[in-house]
Amino acid sequence: MPAVAPIEIAQAREAPLSAAGREAVFETRGLTVSYGKALAVAGVDLSIYRNLVTAIIGPSGCGKSTYLRSLNRMNDLIPAARVEGEVLYHGQNIYADGVDPVEVRRRIGMVFQKPNPFPKSIYDNVAWGLRVLGMKDDLDGRVERALTQAALWDEVKDRLKKGAFGLSGGQQQRLCLARAIAVEPDVVLLDEPASALDPIATSKIEDLMHELKNEYTLVIVTHNMQQAARVADMTAFFTLERSESGGHGVLVEYDETPKIFTQPSDKRTEGYVTGRFG
Amino acid sequence: MAADAGRYTLTLSRRTKRRKAVNLLMQGIATLAALSAVAVLALVIASVAERGAGALSWDFFTKTAATFGESGGGVANALVGSLVLVALATAMALPVGVLIAIYVSEFAKPRIADASKLVLDVLNGLPSIIIGVFVYGLLVVGSGQAAWKGSFALAIIMLPLVARSTQEVLALVPATLREGALALGASRWRTVLGVVLPTSLGGILTGTVLAVARAAGETAPLLFVTSIAANTVTWDPRQPVLSIPVDIFALSESPDPADHARAWALALVLISFILVASLTARAALVRYRSRLER
Amino acid sequence: MNAVTSTPAAAAVRSRRRLGDRFGDLALHGLTAAATLAAFALLGGIAWKIFDLAHPAISRFGLGFVTHQGWDAIHNKFGALDLIWGTALTSFLALLIAAPVSIAIGLYLSELAPRGIRLVIATLVELLAAIPSVVLGLWGILVLGPFVGKHVEPWLHAHLGFIPLFDSSAENSGILIAVLVLTIMVVPICSSICRELFTNVPTELEEGALALGATRWEMVRGVVLPYTRTGVSAALILGLGRAVGEAIAVTMVIGAGYGIHWSLFRTGDTLASKIAAQYQGAASNIQLASLVYLAAILLVISLLVNIAAQVIVRRFSHQRLAGS
Repeated sequence: MPAVAPIEIAQAREAPLSAAGREAVFETRGLTVSYGKALAVAGVDLSIYRNLVTAIIGPSGCGKSTYLRSLNRMNDLIPAARVEGEVLYHGQNIYADGVDPVEVRRRIGMVFQKPNPFPKSIYDNVAWGLRVLGMKDDLDGRVERALTQAALWDEVKDRLKKGAFGLSGGQQQRLCLARAIAVEPDVVLLDEPASALDPIATSKIEDLMHELKNEYTLVIVTHNMQQAARVADMTAFFTLERSESGGHGVLVEYDETPKIFTQPSDKRTEGYVTGRFG
Repeated sequence: MAADAGRYTLTLSRRTKRRKAVNLLMQGIATLAALSAVAVLALVIASVAERGAGALSWDFFTKTAATFGESGGGVANALVGSLVLVALATAMALPVGVLIAIYVSEFAKPRIADASKLVLDVLNGLPSIIIGVFVYGLLVVGSGQAAWKGSFALAIIMLPLVARSTQEVLALVPATLREGALALGASRWRTVLGVVLPTSLGGILTGTVLAVARAAGETAPLLFVTSIAANTVTWDPRQPVLSIPVDIFALSESPDPADHARAWALALVLISFILVASLTARAALVRYRSRLER
Repeated sequence: MNAVTSTPAAAAVRSRRRLGDRFGDLALHGLTAAATLAAFALLGGIAWKIFDLAHPAISRFGLGFVTHQGWDAIHNKFGALDLIWGTALTSFLALLIAAPVSIAIGLYLSELAPRGIRLVIATLVELLAAIPSVVLGLWGILVLGPFVGKHVEPWLHAHLGFIPLFDSSAENSGILIAVLVLTIMVVPICSSICRELFTNVPTELEEGALALGATRWEMVRGVVLPYTRTGVSAALILGLGRAVGEAIAVTMVIGAGYGIHWSLFRTGDTLASKIAAQYQGAASNIQLASLVYLAAILLVISLLVNIAAQVIVRRFSHQRLAGS
């Protein structure tokens, strides 16, 4: 089956939601991240809007994941990482002095590229975060709701006490999603969530995203343009800018998804989405 | 939006503050544990250095113990004894250890290799006093103590160390090196002796140095095998010899403070050797490993 | 093949070479296999010789030796019970202290320490393991013993004397000092194994926990410790084996006492330390055989402990590979 061009997907899908009138959950101003001396991503000004799916696309190495991880201060875990600029979460800079990353991450969840369930039972995978964060009332109910929202409940309800490693890759990833939304975050960040999955599992995740955006704000990094065209309401295109020290990522264009794929304003965007490069 | 502001605030809730306090406490405990270990090391080394330095002298290194009643004298017989014991033990353990490592790494089927490693690890974990009793029963009963019998006991202790460390170094030699030699038409034994072994020489050397450092400090295997010796310096392995650790052990049982001072001085010599040998061997091993893995 | 290599002389050289190679391969294979066989034989030989030497005592006392209390050289009635108790008491207490300390140090070195000093502190802790037991024993009798006897034990007796552990008067040698010395020997071994285990926990597992908003400690408690549970147990069992087998340092500080009691301040003895204490010779053949009987019991305990630890380590690593 020949690959469907993103531009056709974008034209064929139902109209995405508009950002007009929505609150900006995130606003990054001049966000620059470097690892030691090497610049990874520079000067990104971007706003993420409430209850939308925002996709970040671009060639590999252009800092998409780095940008995503700076939204929940996961870059703090890398010793050489340095963050400049501001990341405003509902108007508060999450990198300000006195802001604890623990508090930040409680409200901004993350699903990783490779499914990483804990070496615990399926039930405990979801319940662990709830227990740690003190949301222990009606634990069973919360676990069931989270698994239902992740479209996994029916498949695991009879084996909640079994180990999570017994699940398939796609099921494990939905478990990781359930675990993230169980603690009632505001935003869920997804770093190439389907890249390690087969097409069927991938489409299940994509369908989920349409449902989940009613309750959460989703930001997804993906190297798959068709995926962005299918799920995203807004799309941001990053690219690599050459410099003396190598290359770093910059934001090129950010707009409603159909526009990015059908009438991009920047030549670099056009080159990428039509497949002429990268 | 104002109503939501409370919901999205990033200031710490009381619960989070408590969790952070617990986190800090645990970090403090872990740091304390690590610092305690370092402190104990420092304490022991400081005690030995402080109490042992005073008794060090030229006589200390060159004379043997004074006859009963006289002061002065030294520990030359123990120093020479240790030298003889460890040198002979290394000569026994090194070839056998390397041969075992070659077998496990180049020839053995996986099942046998695993079993061999298990045997080596179990040998390594045996209490050294048991090895002393074994050698006593095997060699000393009926024929008396001798230095070479002590070396045999030390060699049993060194063997698993040399074999395991050599095997680990052999495993690091890239497969491409072996394959290159074999592709040229070289036979198995030429490849091993001419290519693999020379590449591993650095690692084998450092592993041996670490085994020597261990053997130099062992007391228990020698107690029944070579501990009652004449008070003269002897290089003859057929005679029983005194060694540094056994001398420390014997001197510690004496009520005489002069003997204690000598024990501290011997301990200072012993740990100086061991610490210097261990540190240089480890540093060399790290550098050697990174060169191989490049 | 050109003119030079196809002459009969060249062919003869080649076939001689091939024969030499085949012989060399066989010789190397045989030699190395023999060396390995020797290692197996050594282990078996040690076990056999020990039981052989102990035979006079085993046939005289039988298994009752293990349950008989008292070591009477005058009437040649010997029993191992005091020593088995001493071994158990000192080793388990030492492990009780060493276990949390080792885990804490392992966590410090894998999660907490700043990159720069991580290697330094790890090396220093490993150097503690390199200190010979006779030196630790010397430090034990002449430095630690008097300190504990003059300051620690009286304090413990005064404030906690109602606990049977602390109920007798203080001395400069005894079970408590032996426990402390054993702890110092066990901690470096266990902590370096723990450090490796904790460092090998996959980063994505740790990130998954932290991304939920957990603190570092909560992540350790919820992910790192459960993940490494089996390996840590094996490390602790190995440490126990070390404590059980230590003869020199223990005999120097434990004071050669008797009796089955809980009081830590009194003197005592263990299997290994009793054997070491009588190195200058036994009064009678049966006494010697009884000492070797002690060694046989020690050998059995040590083999069980070490093999158990090694088996757990091997099963654990297979499990890891299968699960991921």
